[in-house]
Amino acid sequence: MSLLDRSACQLLADLKAGEISSVELTQASLDRIEAADEKVGAFLQQSGRAALAAAEQIDVRRAAGEQLGILAGLPVAVKDVLCDSTTTTTCASKMLANFRPPYDSTVVAKLRSADAVLVGRTNMDEFAMGGSTENSAVQLTRNPWDLQRAPGGSSGGAAACVAAGMVPLSIGTDTGGSIRQPAGLCGVVGMKPTYGRVSRYGLVAFASSLDQVGPLARTAEDVALLLEAIAGHDPRDSTSLEEATPAYSQSVSKPLENMRIGVVKEQFATGLNSEVETAVRDAIAVYESLGATVKEVELPHSKYGVAAYYVIAPSEASSNLARYDGAHYGHRTDQAEMMAELEAERKQLSESGDQRGLDNLDTPLIRMYRRSRAEGFGPEVKRRIMLGTYALSAGYYDAYYLKALKVRRLIRQDYDKAFEDVDLIAGPVTASPAFKLGEMVDDPLAMYLVDLYTVSANLAGLPGLSMPCGFSEAGLPIGLQLQAPPLKEQRLLKAAHMYQQTTDWHTRRPPET
Amino acid sequence: MAITRETVEKVALLARLKLSETELEKMTEQMGQIVGYVDQLSEVDTEGVEPMAHAVEVTNVFAEDVVAESLPREQALSNAPSSNERGYLVPAVLGD
Repeated sequence: MSLLDRSACQLLADLKAGEISSVELTQASLDRIEAADEKVGAFLQQSGRAALAAAEQIDVRRAAGEQLGILAGLPVAVKDVLCDSTTTTTCASKMLANFRPPYDSTVVAKLRSADAVLVGRTNMDEFAMGGSTENSAVQLTRNPWDLQRAPGGSSGGAAACVAAGMVPLSIGTDTGGSIRQPAGLCGVVGMKPTYGRVSRYGLVAFASSLDQVGPLARTAEDVALLLEAIAGHDPRDSTSLEEATPAYSQSVSKPLENMRIGVVKEQFATGLNSEVETAVRDAIAVYESLGATVKEVELPHSKYGVAAYYVIAPSEASSNLARYDGAHYGHRTDQAEMMAELEAERKQLSESGDQRGLDNLDTPLIRMYRRSRAEGFGPEVKRRIMLGTYALSAGYYDAYYLKALKVRRLIRQDYDKAFEDVDLIAGPVTASPAFKLGEMVDDPLAMYLVDLYTVSANLAGLPGLSMPCGFSEAGLPIGLQLQAPPLKEQRLLKAAHMYQQTTDWHTRRPPET
Repeated sequence: MAITRETVEKVALLARLKLSETELEKMTEQMGQIVGYVDQLSEVDTEGVEPMAHAVEVTNVFAEDVVAESLPREQALSNAPSSNERGYLVPAVLGD
């Protein structure tokens, strides 16, 4: 049995007991990446030498009896959207192919101070926009359970590397389901914490009112451990909550009593794959056998979640991504080529006497912006910038953006009301198991609808967790989603742990890759 | 609301994007589909509902007004596509 088959908590105990060293464990992780990642494609880069050096340092400090951080010696993968000053942060975009951040994100700094060993940067949809990781400008990531299928996204690399046993712990980000959906499709546990629970400082912004960083691992206990390491108030993020971080890793094993679980009828309506429905209903039955009472709740506005999300998220994105102007950092178009183009256009227009055309010619600066952005961004990023610019433009602002913000409040109010009667809401993460690569690349709207069950938690700011609750006949993992009121991450973790104590879905491993 | 090619061209300029002929055509069709989908928001009765811009409605957060270290110029310029020792360089803004 490989070292990496053990949970992060088990590995931590083994490290503390001196049964294994961090160098050994890090080497095992790097070997596994070397062996499997050619097929899976989860990593954009690995920091082999730096990781081994960090591991060695931790071993030395441990031997000297020093007090170590809570992740001491554990390999962790980081989605390539969180700034790390020791390497490039690319967001899987040509725009940032050579970008070296001058500072660390708070999450990366916290991982380092927890003595984690950062082994590499994982693939994602460009700027975290997408649900299949196919929008990466760099490479495809494949689902370890079936290499012809997508791992989900946007944190596809983050979920696939855990599923394939390359690392025990991984960091993702979730704006509309980007942790929970790939976790569900890859058969691992992933959590989107309450908005504001984890600092966004140094997280490359997509939709700032929705983005949240969170942990992925194979067990609820491991997710609890990683969340404890990254959560907490940060004065450098003004939306960060001034709340003490609970000792998640301690409380996770305390079972919940008199649990009341809410089930939303509409989530089991047409469109839900029957194998997913069966697995999710069985999981809810497991909770009943553990003493939970199940109650139907209503979230009447959640059916508008995707529509509201695809107004609000692109609007924020169009504003956030305005910073990529070819001037401060990121890709810039070739200036000589651009000036030659301008001259040629000008010549043609004056020869044909087109004064209006001449007046409308883009100036060199505008032309530089437009060409740099056209060359640096991929199709999905352009689509979202366009949608957002449209929704925010004069004449449409009230009909789209403002309307979506009002619907957002109604979605949140539905949750507040539902949580008066129940502690958790349980349901599917996605309507079907993992889809085939290429299946939806030409149909953006179909791809957007994959987010149906996950976007509402982002709009409302609630924590949500996804964990494996079964497999389809074809052997693909099926995810269960649990949602809780704001700041109730402990409740989610405890409930997930209770489930994993009773079932063994999380112990299954994908076929050898 | 129908999305026309002219709208897409106008929005592309606002968004500082240059779209090719093929992209313009595809974008017009796809934006039409997506906007058509989000139009269902108009069904929702939002009379008297306050817009919710943020998941956590925190009030202003103030920092102490003290001088702190900022990013050194050299580091701030380190990723610039074009710069001199003092600042970022861009194509001429005024005139030719």
